[in-house]
Amino acid sequence: MTAVAPVARPASAAAANTIGTIEARDFSFWYGKKQALKGISMKVPPRSVTALIGPSGCGKSTFLRSINRLNDLIPGVRHEGDLCLDSNSVYNPSLDVVALRQRVGMVFQRWNPFPKSIYENVAYGPRINGIADEASLDEIVERSLRRTAIWDEVKDRLRTSALGLSGGQQQRVCIARALANQPEVLLLDEPASALDPSSTQRIEELVYELKRELTIIIVTHNLQQAARASEYTAFFFTGELVEFGPTEQIFTSPREERTEAYITGRFG
Amino acid sequence: MIGFTYLAAILATLPLVLILAHLVRKGASSLSLAFFTHMPGSVGEPGGGMANAIVGTLMLIGIASIIGLPIGIGAGLYLAEKKGTPLASTVRFLSDVLNGLPSIVMGIFAWEVLVRPVRHFSALAGGVALGAMMIPLVTRTTEEMLLVVPTSLREAALALGYPKWRTSISVVLRTALAGIVTGALVAVARIAGETAPLLFTALGNQFWSTSVREPIAALPLQIFTYAINAYDEWHRQAWAGALVLITIVLIISLAARFATRSRFGAPVD
Repeated sequence: MTAVAPVARPASAAAANTIGTIEARDFSFWYGKKQALKGISMKVPPRSVTALIGPSGCGKSTFLRSINRLNDLIPGVRHEGDLCLDSNSVYNPSLDVVALRQRVGMVFQRWNPFPKSIYENVAYGPRINGIADEASLDEIVERSLRRTAIWDEVKDRLRTSALGLSGGQQQRVCIARALANQPEVLLLDEPASALDPSSTQRIEELVYELKRELTIIIVTHNLQQAARASEYTAFFFTGELVEFGPTEQIFTSPREERTEAYITGRFG
Repeated sequence: MIGFTYLAAILATLPLVLILAHLVRKGASSLSLAFFTHMPGSVGEPGGGMANAIVGTLMLIGIASIIGLPIGIGAGLYLAEKKGTPLASTVRFLSDVLNGLPSIVMGIFAWEVLVRPVRHFSALAGGVALGAMMIPLVTRTTEEMLLVVPTSLREAALALGYPKWRTSISVVLRTALAGIVTGALVAVARIAGETAPLLFTALGNQFWSTSVREPIAALPLQIFTYAINAYDEWHRQAWAGALVLITIVLIISLAARFATRSRFGAPVD
């Protein structure tokens, strides 16, 4: 992928293979006095899809939002342990959060395009990286929309409001918006939970396509979706990481009894 | 019960309808081009207009807006971004108190601070008094408009790597802009007709003046002066002035309605 790289990245070929590695080292997280994550340790390999599953309130979204430090905005939060992107702590005081968030894209449960045109939505991220000339922006917008397989549907109405699209289309525009920054990691927070089955299927196909280029972590309540779309699965329960491993192993021969109980639908 | 609410709904709009009808009946006949372009005539002399008062009112609105809008919008932004802090709670409470302050008190205060020390009335003092009245109105509407901007939009911008301050300005403020403009115009409409704060500040002026350091005419003051006089001609002029004033307010209100129709519609949820 020839990138209009907005931030410095490891340049050598050897390093390129590990770009997008996420590693949690005994990572704990608190909202005030309430502990939301307890000593999470896991290593997500680059260019893979990892599903985070578990009942509501188990900490999976907290973990996701810790990776791009979106949780920092909530007053009274603190953490222990470490979270690393490409072996560099995301909590390193000298790290620029803005640059981090450009490397780690995020898509939310409820699609949230800005009340602007489709074009402006996708061009939003590149613009802050200082890309101002129309030709480059046009190219980035088209490429991003093509990558989310929505280009043909919207190419004639790029200058109309993104809010005029269907829910599934809006969500794909939001994914394109995240991709326009050329991130190496994409965080998906239940991206399809509010969509109809056919839109959900399209998002899943998209995830499958995109993992060739970047690391994807997807929070989902839908176990079938986790089984279908991911290569690795992490099962969270009451703030603990109960089990993490290849999806097939988690779903067919879980090591932990709690994982099995959740997967077979005995709770959660 | 439904019948009662139906009746109440009609009664609620009745004063406006009656006032408008009355103003048109009494004032329309005195309206002419001269009313807008001529100065007030001498006592007993027919004709003459309120050109100075119309310009004066527009100037006072201008001065008030220059003071009231930036402070009000800035304070509203602060309240919305820092909603939990002690300073925000204090400012919010004091804003509400200021909002309920009788306008005559504002006028006396402006007189004490801006007129008495320099020993003469001025347009500036009137504009400041009106601007001070605008601040709490604009502050609270700005805050409310910013708070209805969904958190998801804010997060979307932050997740794209927008710095916090830039998110506040380019996403939150932009999304709420239509609402803030409406709030600002409503505040302008509200102060345009204020009389009490001007009695001790702008004072009124029978002559042409556009100096901010001199007393200046204003429609509400002119209406007041003419209405309490005994001359029929002045009474008619007062009615016409009232009609012009209410038309200005109506135009501003319509502009406010128009401004809310944003090109890309309201944000989802």
